[in-house]
Amino acid sequence: MTVFIIRRLMQAAVVVFFMSFLVFSGVFVIGDPVDILISDEADEEDRERAIAALGLDKPFHIQYLRFLGKALQGDLGESFIFEEPALLLILERMPATMELALFALLLAVVLGIPLGMWAGLKPDSVAAKSIMTGSILGFSLPTFWVGIMMMMLFAVMLGWLPSTGRGETSEIFGLEVSFTSWDGIRHLLMPAINLSLFKLALVIRLSRAGTKEVIHQDYIKFARAKGVSRNRIILVHVLKNIMIPVVTVIGLEFGGLVAFSIVTETVFAWPGMGKLLIDSIGLLDRPVIVAYLTIIVFLFVIINLVVDILYSILDPRVRLQEMKA
Amino acid sequence: MAGSNGSVPTLDVENLQTYFFTKAGVVKAVDEVSFSVQPGKVLGLVGESGSGKTVTGFSIMGLVDEPGRIAGGHIKFRGEDLVGASEDRWQQLRGNQIAMIFQDPMMTLNPVLRIDTQMIEAIQAHENVSRDEARQRSRDALGQVGIPSPDERLKAYPHQFSGGMRQRVSIAIALLNKPDLIVADEPTTALDVTIQAQILYEAQKLCKETGTAMIWITHDLTVVAGLADEVAVMYAGRLVEHGSVDDVLDKPLHPYTHGLIGSVPSRNKRGKPLEQIPGMTPSLLNLPPGCAFKTRCPRADAACETAPDVTKPDGGHRLLRCHHPHLDELAEVPA
Ligand SMILES: Nc1ncnc2c1ncn2[C@@H]1O[C@H](COP(=O)(O)OP(=O)(O)OP(=O)(O)O)[C@@H](O)[C@H]1O
Ligand code: SF4
Ligand SMILES: [Mg+2]
Repeated sequence: MTVFIIRRLMQAAVVVFFMSFLVFSGVFVIGDPVDILISDEADEEDRERAIAALGLDKPFHIQYLRFLGKALQGDLGESFIFEEPALLLILERMPATMELALFALLLAVVLGIPLGMWAGLKPDSVAAKSIMTGSILGFSLPTFWVGIMMMMLFAVMLGWLPSTGRGETSEIFGLEVSFTSWDGIRHLLMPAINLSLFKLALVIRLSRAGTKEVIHQDYIKFARAKGVSRNRIILVHVLKNIMIPVVTVIGLEFGGLVAFSIVTETVFAWPGMGKLLIDSIGLLDRPVIVAYLTIIVFLFVIINLVVDILYSILDPRVRLQEMKA
Repeated sequence: MAGSNGSVPTLDVENLQTYFFTKAGVVKAVDEVSFSVQPGKVLGLVGESGSGKTVTGFSIMGLVDEPGRIAGGHIKFRGEDLVGASEDRWQQLRGNQIAMIFQDPMMTLNPVLRIDTQMIEAIQAHENVSRDEARQRSRDALGQVGIPSPDERLKAYPHQFSGGMRQRVSIAIALLNKPDLIVADEPTTALDVTIQAQILYEAQKLCKETGTAMIWITHDLTVVAGLADEVAVMYAGRLVEHGSVDDVLDKPLHPYTHGLIGSVPSRNKRGKPLEQIPGMTPSLLNLPPGCAFKTRCPRADAACETAPDVTKPDGGHRLLRCHHPHLDELAEVPA
């Protein structure tokens, strides 16, 4: 197990390295931040000085090597705009995004598994058909549009929920969170639902497909032949089997959830790192963009690792064979 | 219907019809099947692949699933008719008084649950006992079917067992609650000969000692000869011949049974080539009228275009479904 984790971490380091190069060169070709950063009135001398100070006068490979050298020491550069370390800027905004993403994930799993199992157990019922239709909507309606509709309905017309912002927060282990206060939860609810819809639809589909497959297996019939109750068959025999694909896929999708929160954060003015990214792209704040993308890559790599470990815990057949390697 | 010794049979199946209502038509997987099993006795149920043996077993367990349904007949377990019984009643009986060992050992255990979980739940489904006690009993049951170091094996997952070992685990599970009736669906096919002999010995001992009745489904006539008291021969969903093992195996009357026994190498046929029954099992979907065996039967004639009724060829216990049985076999009997 330890060997496995170490090996995976080394693979992860390689992936992060290559990604950083791609991201850096990608951002390099997007545009020159100089035009935005330096006011039109500045004379040529000021301009040169500013460019030199930002290191933008050097050729691409020097800039990249410099970035890499600093990155290895945990320094992803300083924001052109805020004149603060980019990493710090992002980390400050990260708890808000993480809270939103985790809450959305929780909603997707807690609602999606029972709904999907229901649809799988009684595929011909009206309830199952409604659930499946709903899941198609969840897949196909664009997130921003649903977000705006929700805002119109629940905030503007009904006035039940606040439309934007994060509301009251409190600190837990030094992290700002909103779920501890009623006001915070009210602010969190709409963005979280909005963000979770797509994943909810996905979990429903996975659970339904898994349930439909598992209930026809011989081992379910054998469990029935033992006189095991229907509830236990569903909650133990079926659930444990469908958790394998659900956890795997949902885990892998968590990275996507964090990345996708950009849209939701923009619609609901949620002060997370997605919103920071959009602002930074508008201002061509290169270090922040690079830092954000590097962090996301890093996040994906970590998530993959965690999912692999979870997978091996859930599926005993994987545990012994592959983990030894 | 009283048995030979006057007691109530453990199981009495009458005119059982289990049909599958598929889109393509009705599959009469079990049609007008009747037999009974006395306490402590073993009924061998034989027949070629697809003849309806497993579906018969599932019917007795109340485990026929959509699109299948019991379309008629009675399944009397110790006098109680279970056809139409509530799901709760079935659940009480299953695994407790009626147990089944499934045909495919590789598929019968849940791959993500440990063996102990799967055994303990079988006990706790029927009895209010502690986990520890249930575990003890599970361990003893594993020992009983010859699984070495049962304490350790309890903590293992199914994939850590070979096919034969898994089959023994499911046999152990069937024995856990000391049922009155066990339906064993080809339980020894995955096992090697010595283990098979051991399991057969255990099964026989169990029947004699505890009065457990058993239905032993198999292709293997030598197993039937050694283990069963009675044998029922199934063909295309129907019982074509039924009687005591000695009668049926020594003097097969039905052309199908006759052919089946001719295809087994045996003591008095050494040196002779094995006979084979030509042709294949007909599809049970929309079976044409008449005797289902007529396309393969050497004795078939115009009479066989109508389905034969059940007859009692020797006026006693034996039952037969054929217009032209090998009655010469009966005459040949030396005194
Ligand atoms: N779910 C189902 N839908 C339609 N037909 C079915 C279904 N299950 C079984 N049958 C049909 O019932 C018939 C009897 O099947 P069964 O499994 O009882 O045969 P078997 O005698 O146990 O054969 P084997 O020796 O191969 O195990 C087969 O013709 C099969 O096609
Ligand atoms: S009824 Fe006719 S076809 Fe059927 S087994 Fe008897 S002889 Fe053969
Ligand atoms: Mg079968």
